[in-house]
Amino acid sequence: MSTHDLEDMGCGTSSSTKDRKSEKALKAALVIQNWYRGYSARLKARQRYALTIFQSIEYADEQGQLQLSNFFSFMLENYTQIHKKDPELVARLFGSTLQDYKDRQDYVSRIDVPDSYHGPRLQFPLTFTDIDLLVEAFKQQQILHAHYVLEVLFETKKVLKQMPNFTHVKTSPSKELTICGDLHGKLDDLFLIFYKNGLPSGSNTYIFNGDFVDRGKHSIEILMILFVSFLVYPNDLHLNRGNHEDFMMNLRYGFTKEILHKYKIHGKKILQILEDVYTWLPIGTIIDNEILVIHGGISESTDLNLLHRIERNKMKSVLMSPIPLDEDHDNDLKKNKINTTIIPREVKTNGSLSEQLTKHEWEQVIDILWSDPRGKRGCYPNTSRGGGCYFGPDITSKVLNKYQLKMLIRSHECKPEGYEICHDGKVVTVFSASNYYEEGSNRGAYIKLCSGMNLRFFQYQVTKATCLRPLYQRVNTIESSAIRILKERMISRKTDLIRAFQLQDRSKSGKLPMGQWAFSMENILGLNLPWRSLSPHLVTIDKNGNINYMSSFEDIHIQKPVKEAQSTLIETLYRYRSDLQIIFNVIDSDHSGLISMEEFRAMWKLFNSHYSIHIDDFQIDDLAERMDLNKDGSIDFNEFLKAFYVVHKLDNVNKSDSKLA
Amino acid sequence: MADDKEREGTELVVAEFHKKIKDAFEVFDHEANNTVDVREIGTIIRSLGCCPSEGELHDLILEVEEEEPTGYIRFEKFLPVMTKVLLEKRYRPIPEDILLRAFEVLDPSKRGFLTKEELIKYMTEEGEPFSQEEMEEMLSAAIDPESNSIRYKDYIAMMVVDDG
Repeated sequence: MSTHDLEDMGCGTSSSTKDRKSEKALKAALVIQNWYRGYSARLKARQRYALTIFQSIEYADEQGQLQLSNFFSFMLENYTQIHKKDPELVARLFGSTLQDYKDRQDYVSRIDVPDSYHGPRLQFPLTFTDIDLLVEAFKQQQILHAHYVLEVLFETKKVLKQMPNFTHVKTSPSKELTICGDLHGKLDDLFLIFYKNGLPSGSNTYIFNGDFVDRGKHSIEILMILFVSFLVYPNDLHLNRGNHEDFMMNLRYGFTKEILHKYKIHGKKILQILEDVYTWLPIGTIIDNEILVIHGGISESTDLNLLHRIERNKMKSVLMSPIPLDEDHDNDLKKNKINTTIIPREVKTNGSLSEQLTKHEWEQVIDILWSDPRGKRGCYPNTSRGGGCYFGPDITSKVLNKYQLKMLIRSHECKPEGYEICHDGKVVTVFSASNYYEEGSNRGAYIKLCSGMNLRFFQYQVTKATCLRPLYQRVNTIESSAIRILKERMISRKTDLIRAFQLQDRSKSGKLPMGQWAFSMENILGLNLPWRSLSPHLVTIDKNGNINYMSSFEDIHIQKPVKEAQSTLIETLYRYRSDLQIIFNVIDSDHSGLISMEEFRAMWKLFNSHYSIHIDDFQIDDLAERMDLNKDGSIDFNEFLKAFYVVHKLDNVNKSDSKLA
Repeated sequence: MADDKEREGTELVVAEFHKKIKDAFEVFDHEANNTVDVREIGTIIRSLGCCPSEGELHDLILEVEEEEPTGYIRFEKFLPVMTKVLLEKRYRPIPEDILLRAFEVLDPSKRGFLTKEELIKYMTEEGEPFSQEEMEEMLSAAIDPESNSIRYKDYIAMMVVDDG
């Protein structure tokens, strides 16, 4: 029966009018249902595509982290080179680990909480009422006074220090355990979890599996609630370190900025203490000797015994890999790119040997915090993120069996449904930040379990509007958001892309067949995306199905801070602006927003040579001059970086276009 | 000569279909091991522009499933079947005017709208009935909040613009 033939009334054997009518209605219903299901499926596919875009770009960004890490190592190895020019520079860069902060009593007691402060006032020793107080206060958008923030941080560090690397937890038939994944500063999600599942208490145990901070706007509030709850119930609130509990990641992904913005006077102090508190966070939790809960994943060489033993607080940051010293030093000298001698004794950075982890230990921790499970068997370097590895189901079995474990619960990856089960039920991912990429992008979830290992999954989605918007609107939002950032990616590689297109376009027609266009896009951008399906959003296509490859760049360009600046220079600066931001923030140890011209030049020179960027130093100098950012020999680098932003020509048009919203 | 050219043309078309199908499949291949959950096959097929009915979809799934159904569909089995579907232009989508007529059939007194109750009744009791989730989803976009009815002409116009 064709669903399209509304007029076809069958073979004409006598059917009453009523039968004919209902048959007509039946066919009509079928048509509508068929159409609707097709439409709905296409919406869901578009949602998927958008998520794929967000994810690829997120991981590609994280890959940038590794480059940066290599850069720091590179700088360190060539210390003497820099040393001659600016002895202060690198010492300051890496001297951050040598904080000699004053005695806590001394410092905290000197910060007064004025009478005019109407925010929450914590009472030490903390009790349940303080948890409640904080939750209510944060719901009212109040900010906790720096005095209390610092006191909580000091106290938390003190207690965390006593915890082992892995907390062993037991469940019982009457005592369920709740496991939450990444929160990333999304306070509303935490409130929703507490609303559905109750506040932490002696009878309501929680495990928070890392990545509490960065990206969202309320990282400090989440941290305060979690730390205060931990201090009140140290045996029933477990915190695992995530890859974002790392001061270097915070520099790039927003937490540092949030703190400096909310705490203008004491922000620096808070950051200082926080660096340290992070390193004392446990690596993982083991439930009933059966379930391993860690943030990222494992590798084929994961050695739980070693991980139980290491001094976890020596893991300062994923970006500061241990440098070879003394006995390692001789071997590594040969690898040194520039023929200089390293003088380890003068390197005050990670300090002496005893203050670092060994390279092997460091890699073990990176694997735990950064790895992702995949369907392919074996263990491969995690090229998307640039750290940790991809581990297959065989690796999971091998490692779990080795330690007589039954399951791995981890987080680290955003999943559309908030959770995902893979590797034959042996690996579970739980992610608790709903709408992570964009409103409507994904659900959040948490797990409840008790002895007997039956996991129960609870999903939710925080919505801003009082009533949920229809699916097509939500998909439109995330789709346009994803396409937008993808286009920004494209513009940052514009020159390379055009070159690649033109190489294939012999006749200089400005057009390329779909296959060739898709190939170049994937190659140059390094993003594994369904280019053919995405093409209508990115380029115009002629009636023969050929791509007008220049059309992507018509409605978007990078704002040139100065007219005369060369496009390639602007593009490069735009592309590396996140990395540059981190570097500048590290140099600017007093967080003033200013660095000296000398430092600026030295940094640029090194950055230039390490990243093999072909831009002359004088061009950068020139640019800085023209932008007139030079304030008494200092560069306001935030201004510098802010100048490189992307202009979407259609932005103003879209605002006035009411469209389907 | 003409035959060769035609064959070459078809080969190119097939090659492009293969890539398109692969792209769509991969987006749902969460574990990157060339399989997708059978429950997502409908979405994949429809995202490629086809509109099979539930019955037709069920038959397609039988074609691509393993001898012993595992709950997963492998790409190697999906590709040839889907390529044929695209080449044969099967399950073409419903044209807008047919869709409008379908609504009009359900609105014999030509009011220009359907009440919420009427739509629910037809969609959940006739044809290939909607699940509750599908019904809620459709209502959330179709209902005109002021009149609490579905002004189907406006609804269709809105959806068609949006559907890529």
